[in-house]
Formats: sequence, structure tokens, C-alpha cells
Amino acid sequence: MATSTTVAETGAITRFAGRFFQEGFRPRYEVQELLHQCFVVGYQSLPLVGITGFIMGMVLTLQSRPTMAQFGAESWIPTMVGLTIIREMGPIITALIFAGKIGSSIGAELGSMRVTEQIDAMEVSGTNPFKYLVATRVLATTLMLPVLTVLADGIGLFASFLGINLKGVTSLALFTNNIVSALTFGDVVPAVIKTFFFGFAVGIIGCYKGYYADKGTEGVGQAANSAVVASSLVIFILDLLAVQTTGLLGLN
Amino acid sequence: MLPAPAPVAAPAPAPAAAEIVLTVANVSKAFGPNQVLRNFSLDVRRGENVVVLGKSGAGKSVLIKCIIGLLPVDAGTIQVLGQDVAALDHAALDQLRAKVGFLFQSNALYDSMTVRENLLFPLRRHWLTHGPGEEDERVRQALDDVGLGHTIDMMPAELSGGMRKRIALARTLILQPDIILYDEPTTGLDPVTAREIDQLIREVQQKYGTSSLIISHDMNCVRLTANRVALLVEGRCYAQGTYAELKASTNPAIHEFFSE
Repeated sequence: MATSTTVAETGAITRFAGRFFQEGFRPRYEVQELLHQCFVVGYQSLPLVGITGFIMGMVLTLQSRPTMAQFGAESWIPTMVGLTIIREMGPIITALIFAGKIGSSIGAELGSMRVTEQIDAMEVSGTNPFKYLVATRVLATTLMLPVLTVLADGIGLFASFLGINLKGVTSLALFTNNIVSALTFGDVVPAVIKTFFFGFAVGIIGCYKGYYADKGTEGVGQAANSAVVASSLVIFILDLLAVQTTGLLGLN
Repeated sequence: MLPAPAPVAAPAPAPAAAEIVLTVANVSKAFGPNQVLRNFSLDVRRGENVVVLGKSGAGKSVLIKCIIGLLPVDAGTIQVLGQDVAALDHAALDQLRAKVGFLFQSNALYDSMTVRENLLFPLRRHWLTHGPGEEDERVRQALDDVGLGHTIDMMPAELSGGMRKRIALARTLILQPDIILYDEPTTGLDPVTAREIDQLIREVQQKYGTSSLIISHDMNCVRLTANRVALLVEGRCYAQGTYAELKASTNPAIHEFFSE
């Protein structure tokens, strides 16, 4: 029973995503609402993502130092932390934080709009609610998560620099040089590309859960909750697919 | 000391033999095994207030959601201002909806917008105005009609239940519709506020000559607003007539609605 429900829901979300590609790029373009959503989804998530990125960089550095010191490899800390943050930790941590903040808020917002008939009201007011509410939010999450991830990466790396300097001395130039010389396009580009997919997953799942919420206020809570759970899970699955794909392409 | 109560005016007389603006013909609608509407038929004439009276869960809200095209019908036809709702594409349906107001039972005010933005939303979406001057004038006029001009910059959460209902009505009126569909306009309101909403419905009818289809099970609302009452029983239009005619009926199925 649970399996068939999950399969049915996966199918429904896929159709919902199909509808996004079918309707989302046709006129009338909701540019103003898209910009507003980019502001809400991107700019207003910045403090949370920034703090998370900072702590991530600092903790990774401080935790790895003793182990690296045992091998006399402290000078490799910038390279190791840099690769870890840019390839994996930055994208995945930012996406999970993003799913928690934005996925739940989209699920709850659309869910409450559904149960209080605001979505119906939009439809009778000459507005396609799918385009106005769903397409704009999904586009905003897809475009904003990569930006947030790059910022989180930058903040995380700077925190790593501070972490190294807590117990040693390294210049910013040497630190940067260590990281940049170790990085290749194969490290950076796939890591950024996969965040577009993470952002899309958060947006489409949050919108789906909210758009089809029912059972009154209880349904709103369920929509918010299941949006976070499902999108977090999908982020991990997509990450697994991404690492397999980059492996096949010889980029790992 | 409170002033003496004002005499309650009867609804404005319905214009005889005016053109039909809304036709519901043999409409059926089911949700799974639950047959909600069975061959329901009803006409509404221009300038007339028709109340559809029925028990909770009888399918009244389903009926008006079918009329505005939010739900598809299983069988039968619905003609609004001479156009078959089921046959219209999205663009034509939007054009038609600009002429048909819908007052939701839950008011459906947009929580994230101020009263002004709520009122401007349908106006802008239907491309009905030219320039901010005309928009402001229409917003002011609609708010004056419901007596809530001072709430223009407030958020819906700051308003009482009755005020929200009035703002929702103002949002409907701003399009100057030919037909207004009211979904249980007095449900959940105290008797005094409910009476004020009834009064407002009559004022709208008299001032703008709009036709209205009002869904209700509040007998005071029915008595005060209806030119004609249609009884929805078991998915069918069981009986039609004026409030007085139905009240005088000895048919037990009709009488149970009107017994004190």
C-alpha cells in the first residue's frame, strides 16, 4: 500500500513537473512575481545560508587539522577543505538548509492558499494560478540555489582560512593559491550544475505538496512537513545520480 | 440608549420578463460514487436575486463552482451571458469571468497583500484600467460602496470577519460585474453583521442592477435578499417561488426549511 502510494505520488509529481515545462514558459510572463520570488527565496535566505556556510568551513578545518597534523600534512588542509566544500559539502548542505527553509514555506503558503480558496479566487480573477504561483516559485528556487551555493562556498572557504589561522599562520594568498591550483573545471562545473537540479526539486515538490493540500489546516501542516522530507530525500538521490554521472564522464 | 431598529425593507422587486443572463440546464455532477447534482436546472434574469436554498452538503457550492468554470460538469449545459461555459477556452473564460463576480465563503482575501492590492489584483489581471488615476478611483469607489474606505492600507489579518466579507465583496464589485455569485455570504457571521451583509447585497442589486445567485441556508438571508428562491434537494431543483410562496407551502420537504 505504502509503496503504491509512493509510486503514484512520484508519478503525480512528475506530471506536475511536466506541466511546469508545458505552461511555465508561455506568455503571459509573470516577471514581477518572479523577481519578487527571487528576492524572497534568494536574498532572504542569505543570512541562514551564510551562517551555515561559515560554520561548515570552520568546523571542517578544525576537525581535520589533528588528523592531518599526524601525517605532517597540515599544508594540505586548504586543498582538502576547498575540494570538499566546493564538490560536495557546499552544494548539499546549502540545498538541505534551503529545502528546510524554502520548501516548507512554499508548501505551507500554497497549502493555506488552497484551503482558504485563494487559489480559486486567483483563477476567477483572470490569472492562471499555476503560472503565477507555481512557475514563478520553481524558477526562483532553480535560479537562486546555485547563487546561494556559490556564496556559501565562498563564505565557507573564508571561514576555513580563519580556522587555519586560529592555530597556525597562513597568508590569504597562499591559502587561495593552494585551493585554486588544485581545482579543475571538473570539480566546479558539475557541482554548480547539480544545484540547479536541487533547486528545481525543492521548488517543484514544495509547490506540488502545497498546491494539492487538503483537509483544512491539518493539510497545511502536512504539506509543509512532507515538502521538506521529500525534497531532502530527492536532493540526496540527485546527488547520488550526479556523482555517478560525473564518474561516467571521467570527472571524479 | 440604542436607536429604534430600522424597518427591514423587502428585496427590490424583480424586473418582470427581463432577459435571462444565466441558464443552468440539466446539470449533473458526481464525485466518485457521490452524485451531488442530478439534472439541476435554473434560470436567472437580469437584475434578479435568486437564492439557492439547501442543506449543508447538498451541493450548493459545487453548483456555483460549476457556473464559474472552477469545476467541470458531467452532463448538462451552463450558459452565462449567452456563452456556454464548457465550450470556452482559457482566454474566453477569463473574459467571461471579468463579468461575473464570485464571493467566496471563506472570503479568499490574499493574506500577503494589503486591502488596496487585493482590490487591484483582479483589476490589473483583467487589464481593465488605464493608469493609476483610474485604478485609485475604482478602488475608492468599491471601498466606499461597502463603507470601508479607511481600511485601504490595512492587511486582511487586521480586519474582523464582517469587514473581510465586505472587502471580499468590494473586490468582487471593483470589476463592475453583470452577475455576482455569493457562496454562503452570511455563514459564520453574527446576526447583526449578517443583516448588514444582506443589506449590502440588496444595495448592490439596486445600485448596479446586477443579477445575483446566492447560495445560502440562512433563512434570514433568504428572506431579505431573494426575489426568487430555488430549493436544492437531492441534487435537483425541487421547487421555485418567492419566499412567501414557498413559506406557505404545505409540502413537508419544503416546509421543513421554513418552519420556525
